[in-house]
Amino acid sequence: MTTAWTPDQPIVGIKDVHKSFGPIEVLKGVSLNVRKGEVVCIIGPSGSGKSTLLRCINALVPINQGSIKVEGQEVHDPALDKLELRKKVGMVFQSYNLFPHKTALENVMMAPIHVLKRPKEEVEAQARGLIKKVRLEGKEDAYPGELSGGQQQRVAIARSLAMNPDIMLFDEVTAALDPETVKEVLVTIRELAEEGMTCMLVTHEMGFAREVGDHIYFTDRGIIVEHGPPATFFTNASDPRTRAFLSQIL
Amino acid sequence: MSAGGNSNLILAPVAPPSSQGETGFLASAFTPRALGIALGLFASVALVSEAWAQLVAGGERLGILATLWKWAPLVLIGPPREFGGFALNILVSFLAMAIGTVSGLVLGLGLISKFAPVRSVSWAITQFFRNSPWLVLLFFVMLLTPFQFRIGGLTIPFPAWFKATVGLALPVMANVAEIVRGAVNSIPTGQWESAESLAFSRLQTLWRIILPQCVKRMIPPWMNWYAILTMSTPLISIVGVNDAMTLTQDALASEQRTDLLMPMYGMLLLFFFVYCYPIARWTIRLERKFAVRI
Repeated sequence: MTTAWTPDQPIVGIKDVHKSFGPIEVLKGVSLNVRKGEVVCIIGPSGSGKSTLLRCINALVPINQGSIKVEGQEVHDPALDKLELRKKVGMVFQSYNLFPHKTALENVMMAPIHVLKRPKEEVEAQARGLIKKVRLEGKEDAYPGELSGGQQQRVAIARSLAMNPDIMLFDEVTAALDPETVKEVLVTIRELAEEGMTCMLVTHEMGFAREVGDHIYFTDRGIIVEHGPPATFFTNASDPRTRAFLSQIL
Repeated sequence: MSAGGNSNLILAPVAPPSSQGETGFLASAFTPRALGIALGLFASVALVSEAWAQLVAGGERLGILATLWKWAPLVLIGPPREFGGFALNILVSFLAMAIGTVSGLVLGLGLISKFAPVRSVSWAITQFFRNSPWLVLLFFVMLLTPFQFRIGGLTIPFPAWFKATVGLALPVMANVAEIVRGAVNSIPTGQWESAESLAFSRLQTLWRIILPQCVKRMIPPWMNWYAILTMSTPLISIVGVNDAMTLTQDALASEQRTDLLMPMYGMLLLFFFVYCYPIARWTIRLERKFAVRI
């Protein structure tokens, strides 16, 4: 590690990040900080660059300009070991992306065994614990195709947690779910937040953002329009764009 | 066809269109009815020739079926104490498929390499061997490779039949490479993304996550290429190998009877049909099975 990072500094520090896909600039100078144990929710209309921002944090997407630091380490340093970074940053996707040829338990166990090279027995005990934690006991041997959307998403969360990450990124994880199953996934995330996991959520669930979020960011057309703690953000939004968006959603 | 037959045809449920066009097309040509027609045609040619031969020649010469029976062992397994005939065709098909599959897998991974030079070279090799006539490739391999290799004091023979096998393996390699590339590209990008975010390396992602999901998709087109390869093995007779085709021609030469031409080649066709038809049927079954699961 090049810079000594201490937990009182931001665990994720984003400064003036620009990102273009071809001629389209999706991030036009985004800055935000996340402290350890904080739950940050990013809201905003579709296409405002929320998901891209999350993908930049674990280097799935390269940035054009600016700086992203995770635990003091520059993410877009070409010399950075991306695999080391991704061991610290877990990510859960809208489309679950479970490995369909593996059972729920195997999905959770794969990365710790093959990436972290941890002993199988120890990983299996942890994986069974995680499946229990996301309330899927008895589904260990089910294949993803045999599980509902909400169940698959909870396996995906367990799969990320098995890497013992320091930060969890949630990219619209409930957007593809039936209304009835949204709740079971949100309950899992809320528990994580309560345990002190640092979480960054891109979400359309305003009620949930208000309830679990420590800080809300509103993005529109590639910039952060407004941010603040939920209590003031949802009641006293000052920017007209934020107010227009909230009035449509709430 | 009778009116009843026609109405049956209309009322019968339409088979779902096959997702893999090429395989589906080949497979649909082999219905149980086709099997019946092939066997029936062969039997009638044999019987008519038999009757005709008896009429013309009287008792002097062997009948057609008896002659076929006499030559069948040679065409099937080659001359005594020598390996050849249809068995050699099958051996060549196995070996060429094995060589073509392993090298095709490597070439296919080259096609999806992140390293541009590897990708370009793989692309060129694939296109070259996919678009060359198999017979010309065979001649090239026959003429370009020596009949033996010397490594130090050791002499490794490189017999004609093995050269021919390599010659057939080359187009198989190129087509297997295309199957691999197509299957890998058909896996949703989300699988790559989630593997990446779990810190899997690219090689680990391919080996543990992407390729295992590709196997099911690759098996039907792969089997289709095996059937095509097997049906192409008589090409090796051109380069002087004792395969079923060569031996059929030898048998005809020693008999000197024009009435045997159709039955002898018919018998050879029948051997290939009996071997390849079940593979085609099995391919369709697997295609349907996997189409539902994926």
